[in-house]
Amino acid sequence: MPSLTDLMLEGRKVEQHGPWPRAVVNASIWQFATGQLALGHWSLLGLWGEPGAVHMAMLDQRTADIAVISMDCPDRSYPSVGARHPPALRLERTVNDLFGLTAEGLPDPRRWLDHGSWGLRFPLGDRLDAPSKPAAYRFLAAEGDGLHQIAVGPVHAGIIEPGHFRFTASGETVVRLEQRLGYTHKGIEGLMTGASYERAVQLAGRVSGDSTVAYAYAFSRAAEAAIGLAVPDRAIWLRALLAELERLANHLGDIGAICNDASFTLLHAHCGVLRERVLRASNAAFGHRLLRDVIVPGGVTRDLDRDGSDAIRAALDTIRLRFPALIELYDNTASLQDRTVTTGALTPALASQYAAGGYVGRASGRSFDARRNLAYPPYGCLDFEVPVLNEGDVNARVWIRMREVEQSLSLIDQILQRLPAGPLGTHAGHIREAREGMAIVEGFRGDVLVWLRLRDGRVERCHLRDPSWFQWPLLEAVIENNIVADFPLCNKSFNCSYSGQDL
Amino acid sequence: MRKLLFESLFRRPFTEPAPLPDDAALSELAAAVGRAGRRRLGRSLSIREVDAGSCNGCELEIHALNNAYYDVERFGLRFVASPRHADVLMVTGPVTRNMREALERTYHATPNPKWVVAIGDCGRDGGCFAGSYAVVGGVSEVIPVDIHVPGCPPTPMAMLQGLLALLERVDAVTA
Repeated sequence: MPSLTDLMLEGRKVEQHGPWPRAVVNASIWQFATGQLALGHWSLLGLWGEPGAVHMAMLDQRTADIAVISMDCPDRSYPSVGARHPPALRLERTVNDLFGLTAEGLPDPRRWLDHGSWGLRFPLGDRLDAPSKPAAYRFLAAEGDGLHQIAVGPVHAGIIEPGHFRFTASGETVVRLEQRLGYTHKGIEGLMTGASYERAVQLAGRVSGDSTVAYAYAFSRAAEAAIGLAVPDRAIWLRALLAELERLANHLGDIGAICNDASFTLLHAHCGVLRERVLRASNAAFGHRLLRDVIVPGGVTRDLDRDGSDAIRAALDTIRLRFPALIELYDNTASLQDRTVTTGALTPALASQYAAGGYVGRASGRSFDARRNLAYPPYGCLDFEVPVLNEGDVNARVWIRMREVEQSLSLIDQILQRLPAGPLGTHAGHIREAREGMAIVEGFRGDVLVWLRLRDGRVERCHLRDPSWFQWPLLEAVIENNIVADFPLCNKSFNCSYSGQDL
Repeated sequence: MRKLLFESLFRRPFTEPAPLPDDAALSELAAAVGRAGRRRLGRSLSIREVDAGSCNGCELEIHALNNAYYDVERFGLRFVASPRHADVLMVTGPVTRNMREALERTYHATPNPKWVVAIGDCGRDGGCFAGSYAVVGGVSEVIPVDIHVPGCPPTPMAMLQGLLALLERVDAVTA
């Protein structure tokens, strides 16, 4: 099996790219890498564009090696990866929408983020005026006796983000689900271009509101990797504390919300109380309930004082006291289990093919957690387990979250005990020439990837890849042969981000 | 489950009365919303939430309005599933170009009389996303807005304050 290190030797190495290598390759190497992805030797981490080039990040999970290959596109096209490796499909449609670079052989050339309402095409490439709306979006067909369609969204019934789901059903059974996303596309990567570090990290923290820590963390680590900035120990540990508080709050909210979608409101109410405790402790400790704008390149903006750590400890005590009874209730309620067990099962093969991150992957046998596999500091010196199950159903995704709540409680304890003293940040010196960096951070939903190029104190190009890119398509797969009424349950157990994917 | 329910009967409610300043402010505010709401709309005010392009941060805090600490339903403030059942649209986001039409159609699907609350810094003027090719701007660029609740995201408390201010404004207009 070829290694990513060997692949890098086939191309022209790009200097000033850290911490992993990047090489510019020709079409045949690009296609060779595509073949390795299709064979399952490597996992696709991301695929993104620039006005004249495409980039692809890959992971060799056995060795935890990561590499980026790039291809110049002087004739505005490159060989499609999605044609042989479906996880790249939506990414390639997006590269076309934003940059006007065509993936040759792409089986699905429909626009993805571009709904024809921007008044222009290829906003990040060579812009074209496009005053009129294109023809209606063509959903994929499903044919058979007695099939009917159910159109849902973009405005949904709950307090959630907008997106469109087109179900084709036979009676109650879903035959096909097709998603149409892009409604919350804000053009964040466009706004990033030319932004100062301060503005850019603020934008990164607003890609997906529930992962504001994870994004600011990933952006900052990428920027630090680019310009070789060393972060003081205390800031490194505080960042992990922030990340675990975010994970804890989200998992508690999700567990309750999944039960709520099975109409079991008691658990929803109790989990909501525990979540609120975490948010209030976060506010007491860091001045913001969702912990926004605390992590910045070079360090953190706020210190943790005695009152703050006491507030966090008190919240942890409450959760330790009350959460076990909630787990027991979940486990012993037959009517709830009846809804979650075997529902929306994702096969390990699909989870592996899509390199599904977070609880989606780990509930389907994919043992990957960036905190452990990439062991970025301080996680290398912390003691924690990465729970993995193989069933892949809604139930398994609930259990992964429950186990991860326990792990986060333990991690927060360890961090509070071992938090080193010292300064909170270092200043970035002014570097004129271009520097590139990349970072992967484990958010509550999965691995968040940020790639960027900085030049002269500003962001020249920044790409932010949400874990949802590789989870949304799997939701389409798992709902097949389930009943329509179980869709909310499946959807909530995935809890993919709309804003993170739409950017 | 019976044990958990039984305990809840005897435990103090999470919706704390008044000992801490924050909670005192919350109860005061909550009572005021209740009075004004009842005067104007009988017993209830139905709210339809519309995400017109937000990052989802505001949605998280709107969810918190329904938890046991804030429990907006005790004042007759209720989130409903359809704009056709709503008195108030609570809109978040910078309005994206891709959501503009859906927001307009949701507004037109809401029966009169209706009010619009724009939530968050982005709902006011697009916030940090203003100026993007994909963003229209604040909510008022697309539909008339009665009140803005600032914040990134606003706290649940700030949103309760916003609803109170809206009710007073409604009273002033109809008095």
